Amino acid sequence: RFGQLSSGSDMAPDWTMKEVSTGTTIMAVEYDGGVVIGADSRTTTGAYIANRVTDKLTPIHDRIFCCRSGSAADTQAIADVVTYQLGFHSIELDEAPLVQTAANLFKASCYRYREELMAGIIVAGWDKRRGGQVYTVPVGGMLVRQPVSVGGSGSTYIYGYMDSNYKPNMTKDQCLRLVSGALSLAMERDGSSGGVVRLAAISETGVDRQVILGNQLPKWSTA
Amino acid sequence: MEKRFMDSQIKGVSTGTTILAVTFNGGVIIGSDSRASIGGYYVSSKTINKLIQVHDRIFCCIAGSLADAQAVTKAAKFQISFHSIQMESPPLVKAAASVLKELCYNNKEELQAGFITAGWDRKKGPQVYTVALGGMLLSQPFTIGGSGSTYIYGYADAKYKPDMSKEECLQFATNALALAMGRDNVSGGVAHLVVITEEGVEHIVIPGDKLPKFHDE
Repeated sequence: RFGQLSSGSDMAPDWTMKEVSTGTTIMAVEYDGGVVIGADSRTTTGAYIANRVTDKLTPIHDRIFCCRSGSAADTQAIADVVTYQLGFHSIELDEAPLVQTAANLFKASCYRYREELMAGIIVAGWDKRRGGQVYTVPVGGMLVRQPVSVGGSGSTYIYGYMDSNYKPNMTKDQCLRLVSGALSLAMERDGSSGGVVRLAAISETGVDRQVILGNQLPKWSTA
Repeated sequence: MEKRFMDSQIKGVSTGTTILAVTFNGGVIIGSDSRASIGGYYVSSKTINKLIQVHDRIFCCIAGSLADAQAVTKAAKFQISFHSIQMESPPLVKAAASVLKELCYNNKEELQAGFITAGWDRKKGPQVYTVALGGMLLSQPFTIGGSGSTYIYGYADAKYKPDMSKEECLQFATNALALAMGRDNVSGGVAHLVVITEEGVEHIVIPGDKLPKFHDE
């Protein structure tokens, strides 16, 4: 039954036998003029936290990022492939690539190798044609654009918070508060999410990254 | 590879569900959705009442296998009323919760049901107790349960305040149920809410179309 206190062989601890996973919470929100993306910073192998300061917000191009959740190896490999493909495409095109193009490249890899992969990715960025955009490519390889998207194991706990607090046409600062609030709530409840909150705001002018440490996170009065 | 325990592996009819109970200044509100499903594929009832009255001011709500829950609440109702007659006074909420806990713990191998007990008594006023799947008993100012509750942990943590008024508490409970029903496919139907205070018990039903709507609806 699930919820057991010890598992498997007692000869070696379980973190030597479990795959490295970014069991995680990731989030992205569109606003008029750009996007705000955020993630926690915990990478686990079973019960051991392999990296407590992970950066899950990976640049794919100057104004396009992806948020990674699922198997750390799979998502790193896919992101590397897409970074190469998009860079090549952008040079051929002689202009900045579209966010939709990056999202479709992720979808192509995630769908073609769906049986082998365990990757849930949110692609977000800014381009000249459509401004700030968020595209989600969950496990299985579907692609859909959403104004706000959450992903990873911790995301289930914040659907209600996101549904009730997101409103269309928010400002960049409102989006930053929404993302940092939602991530800290998820980190509080999900054992596979934790550490610090990493945020990035992407717009025409560039990328603005921040880190919110544990003691500076928003606090909630809980039971 | 991380395995997310999303499916309920209960055979037969189950209340894949959303239940909650919240204390406020002077009383407690207990609430649930109204959907019963088989395997998450067929809705066997759109309008079941998951709020069972076990005594005048004590209610409990059920999550998990409907058969198990009905059997346990029937036994618990009898034991609580017998206890109340022997003691010649209304039972304590804690006593009612303990009866459920004993049944759940002693039969933990066979049962697959969790309970929330909420009510009012003269000794401690409004209280909420949760009895989890293995038979743990815990007292909390508010609690959420059932499959739909995972989606509202963030909302509940952010929005709950101690000592709310009855209206604020009703709004909190209604919103929480609506949000969970919006995301969980095995929760739905109408929202049942019962307000328990020293004065009495008030049952409120909110049909699906009158529930609060959010940005994407």
